[in-house]
Amino acid sequence: MSLSAPSSADLRTRAEVLGQALPPLLAEAEHLAQTVMLGEHGRRRAGQGDEFWQYRPAHAGDSARSIDWRRSARSDAHFIREREWQAAQSVTIWVDASRSMGFSGAKERASKADRARLIGLALGVLLLRSGERVGLAGQPPRPGRSQVVAMAAALATGSAADYGSPEVAGMVAHGRAVFLSDFLGPLEDLETALAAASDRGVRGVMMQILDPAEEEFPFDGRTIFDSMGGSLTHETQSAGELRARYLARLAERKDRLQALARAVGWHFSAHHTGDTAQAGLLWAYRALEGGR
Amino acid sequence: MMIGPLAFTAPWLLVGLIALPVLWLLLRAVPPAPIRRRFPGVALLLGLEDSARQADKTPWWLLVLRALAVAAAILGFAGPVLNPEQRQPGTGPLLVLLDGGWADARDWSRRVARAGELIAEAGRQGRTVAVLRLTDAPDTPQFQSAEAWAGRMAAMVPQAWLPGDLAPWVAKLPEGDFDSYWLTDGLAHPGQAALTSALTAKGALTVFQSPRPLFLLHPAGFADGAVQIAASRLPAPDAAQAEVVARGPDPSGIDRELARQTLSFAPGADRAEGKLSLPPELRNRITRFEILGQRTAGAVSLTDDSLKRRKIAILGTGADREGLQLLSATHYLRQALQPVADLLDGSLSDVLPANPDVIILADVARLTQNETDGLLDWLDKGGLLLRFAGPRLAASDLSRSAEDPLMPVRLREGGRSVGGSMSWGEPKTLAPFPESSPFHGLPVPADVTVTEQVLAQPDPDLSQRTIAALADGTPLVTRKEIGEGQVVLFHVTANAEWSNLPLSGLFMQMLERLAVSARTVEPGAEALAGQIWVPEKVLDAYGQEAKAGEVAGVEGEGLARAMAEGPGPGFPPGLYAGPENRVALNVVGAQTVVTAASWPAGVKVEGMDAVREQALKGGLLAGALLLLAADILAALWLAGRLGGMLRRGRAAGLVLAAVALTALHPGDARAQDSADAKAIEATRGVVLAHVLTGNAEVDRVAQAGLLGLSYRLYDRTSVEPELPAGVDLEKDELAFYPFLYWPITADQPLPSPAAYDKLNRFLRTGGMILFDTRDGDVAGLGGGTSPEGQALQLLASGLDIPPLEQIPEDHVLTRSFYLLQEFPGRYTSPALWVEAAPPDAEQEEGMPFRNLNDGVTPVIIGGNDWAAAWAVDDNDAPMFPVGRGFAGEQQREIAYRFGINVVMHVLTGNYKSDQVHVPALLERLGQ
Repeated sequence: MSLSAPSSADLRTRAEVLGQALPPLLAEAEHLAQTVMLGEHGRRRAGQGDEFWQYRPAHAGDSARSIDWRRSARSDAHFIREREWQAAQSVTIWVDASRSMGFSGAKERASKADRARLIGLALGVLLLRSGERVGLAGQPPRPGRSQVVAMAAALATGSAADYGSPEVAGMVAHGRAVFLSDFLGPLEDLETALAAASDRGVRGVMMQILDPAEEEFPFDGRTIFDSMGGSLTHETQSAGELRARYLARLAERKDRLQALARAVGWHFSAHHTGDTAQAGLLWAYRALEGGR
Repeated sequence: MMIGPLAFTAPWLLVGLIALPVLWLLLRAVPPAPIRRRFPGVALLLGLEDSARQADKTPWWLLVLRALAVAAAILGFAGPVLNPEQRQPGTGPLLVLLDGGWADARDWSRRVARAGELIAEAGRQGRTVAVLRLTDAPDTPQFQSAEAWAGRMAAMVPQAWLPGDLAPWVAKLPEGDFDSYWLTDGLAHPGQAALTSALTAKGALTVFQSPRPLFLLHPAGFADGAVQIAASRLPAPDAAQAEVVARGPDPSGIDRELARQTLSFAPGADRAEGKLSLPPELRNRITRFEILGQRTAGAVSLTDDSLKRRKIAILGTGADREGLQLLSATHYLRQALQPVADLLDGSLSDVLPANPDVIILADVARLTQNETDGLLDWLDKGGLLLRFAGPRLAASDLSRSAEDPLMPVRLREGGRSVGGSMSWGEPKTLAPFPESSPFHGLPVPADVTVTEQVLAQPDPDLSQRTIAALADGTPLVTRKEIGEGQVVLFHVTANAEWSNLPLSGLFMQMLERLAVSARTVEPGAEALAGQIWVPEKVLDAYGQEAKAGEVAGVEGEGLARAMAEGPGPGFPPGLYAGPENRVALNVVGAQTVVTAASWPAGVKVEGMDAVREQALKGGLLAGALLLLAADILAALWLAGRLGGMLRRGRAAGLVLAAVALTALHPGDARAQDSADAKAIEATRGVVLAHVLTGNAEVDRVAQAGLLGLSYRLYDRTSVEPELPAGVDLEKDELAFYPFLYWPITADQPLPSPAAYDKLNRFLRTGGMILFDTRDGDVAGLGGGTSPEGQALQLLASGLDIPPLEQIPEDHVLTRSFYLLQEFPGRYTSPALWVEAAPPDAEQEEGMPFRNLNDGVTPVIIGGNDWAAAWAVDDNDAPMFPVGRGFAGEQQREIAYRFGINVVMHVLTGNYKSDQVHVPALLERLGQ
């Protein structure tokens, strides 16, 4: 199970295989995005844009150019015509591609990585459709439909690391960020990344994607647990006895993630691969919108 | 080696038990293997300590389980035996006694095997042996070498009766001391105690007694409108069931089960009874009762006339004569016959169609011509006409000058009266019956007197026709044969007016001898005496019937003794036919009671004792296997693999259960599937079919023959048949096939009634069967002399076959495709039978053939073995040679042409016959 030095031919083969898998992922993501009705998601705030937002009385400090004379002529006060804010946002999506995301607790369930890619790409499709700039971590965010294909291609690459750490490179200041990971690895990298993002005024969403097996720990007996990459090993004589303590630690990890998110003004939620992808997508979309 | 009641055949293996502690230490050191799992959440597990580390070593209970399994295996292989038999070799001669009666038949082979072992063992020890069968006549046995007896032992069969008095054997026992071994049937026999004490005096006596219960079936009786069945058993430990089956010929003469009744023995009860309510037609057909699954003569009861109920029509003088009931001419007859026969009422023209066995005319003088003719027809077919005299008969002119066809003798006018107040002489008594009389042997009571009678004219054959006379020689009962039947005239009335004969028991016995009434109880000695009884069927010890063959008849007196005491040598159980009726001699009588043999203390009885040698090896090894299986489960559970396996195994378990269920009912599923598949195959196109005879070779040839014919049809005609099919008459649907080829084998089983129904439906709805006796019809079908011909007659008797004729020259089969004059197969017999043309078929002017019947002949019967001529192998090459050289090939070609004509005839019907209408059509066209 060594991925250390894949030959170029091997890489190409794998890339082709993955490339073949891309259209299905794209189609699936498009399909998932279709299920979200965009509707009148107004920015609900005044700003630059084309659409009329409201008239408001002029304050001191408003430039005379901004006064809407036609409206003001109908009364004694001066009114300013505000337009709805329509500035496009830059959204950076980080999908954890580490080995631990490749876990699936049951044969008929897709791996966590699949679910993360699906939700990430569907989110990208949705955001692109509503005119935002979207990019994967490491890519500069770009608008337009063509970005979907580029994202899909980028999502196909995996990482050899056991647990992933978020990238902050490519994040646009005051943009939005989406982290899709299981967050089971060391939290230091995440803290650093969140701090860096917070420094740049980036706010966003952390979605922890877990397999139901990781939530239930349905193991018994004498067991040696290996991490997906094999870097961590733990042996126990009776796995069943560890269950309660494992679950406590998992809950503690979730609390910690929640606290981290709250500290920097992010949103956090856990999503299980046993649930429908749509639920996770909706939550992420709403969370992004609310934070805007 | 013995430990208490336990012994070991290989005790040194027990040393292996020492290894158990070593095993304990070894197992303890090796914990169950862990599972490796990949799990991302391991990051959260790091640093978690196990609360208890006991699973590091094998848990103690698993150790105990494994140690027990190994210990059980070691003990099992050491061959433990509970209550081992102690065999003491004996010395001196050995006498083996077998009862050899029907009661031994239930496990005769076991007895013979046991005796064989004893003889062989004695042979190994150099002892001489003698074998006695107690059903034989007492004779002193000779001690001979074991080899001499070994062969004779195997050929010994049980007799169909029980040993008689055993006391005479005591005197016949050989001199000197010897050990004896008695294979007893478990029943008490007279003289048993004497023989036992004589044997114990000579040496050690061992008795082998079978623990199998013995079931006896008593003769069935008739009471309260139902057949009464009773069965006994010995011993009678707990509740048991006995299925009693009544067998007899069905309407087509095949022996079948007619009724069945389950008798339930209460715990401890040795007798069970049951009733079987049957319609008279069925009841009269029963020939034997048997207890299912019991192969002894005791479980078989043959029926005789006592169960048969005759249909008797009693016709009196009509209603015009009003009188007291006791004076009615038929009152005593009705009283006497009511319990033993089914009486028919009505006028003569009403009862004749019911075909009664007996018609009684009591003082009937005048019959119309129509009734006379009907009676004569009925008499020709075997009826018994019983007439009684009376005032009307005496006053009439019947049979006065010329003998009436329905009277045995001519009568003198007026009759005579003796012993009355106005006449001379005493009332007359009866003379003893002469030997030629059917009443011979019946005792004549002195108090039976006749006061008045009609008198017979002294004709030349009067003395022959007289079967009973008065003391002064005047005929009292006369008889005349008419066709297969007979007329019997009692010269007195049927009531007590002229004689007190109808009041006496003799009257009943006379009626019985005339087979008018049937017995209800076992025939007494006097009923049998004076007659010769010829065995018709005899039973062997296993209850199998056999034709008696040319066995000399037995005296009635001896038979009566055998009826009372049970059959014996010279009187085998079976059915004995007398002049008029038949009696069954069964091994078990109605009142037969069997008692278990009792043995004096000191005699060793084998076979019955509860403590028997019992090998424990199997049980211990099975236990070890079970423990090991439990160990597998426990180890899996310890390693945490059980849960996952159960989850994964659920689907597999369902599949397994389904497979197991299917395995339980393999026949149904397969039958259903194959029936459907067969129906689809058969309806895909024209399929020629042959009847599966059960003879693999014949079926193979028939299949190959139809295949060859199918090929020819495909080549030459527009009929393109599918592969031919074999048809099982019992299971397969026939409606799909237009044509059945039925090769006849001599040993073919008869189809069931359901199959006959199917065949008749097939024939009626346009199907055709080609019967092939495959014997070249050497003697012609009329003779039926070949076994196949006889089998065909038997098979076809149940079929709805129209009148047949030999195929006429202008039959449509001769021109339905090819023009043919002969129809050879491998044989060239010209005889071919088809449905007869209607008698009014006439050849029209200028036409080459007659205007024949519409439709297709339902059967073609011949014996030319066509399938063999048609048969081809896989390469379409002929399988069998036909004829010789070119002529033979020509014959094969004609055989194919015949086959094509038959199929064309089946498929197109009388189409070629329609050519008779051509002139008419042409005429119409011309207009």
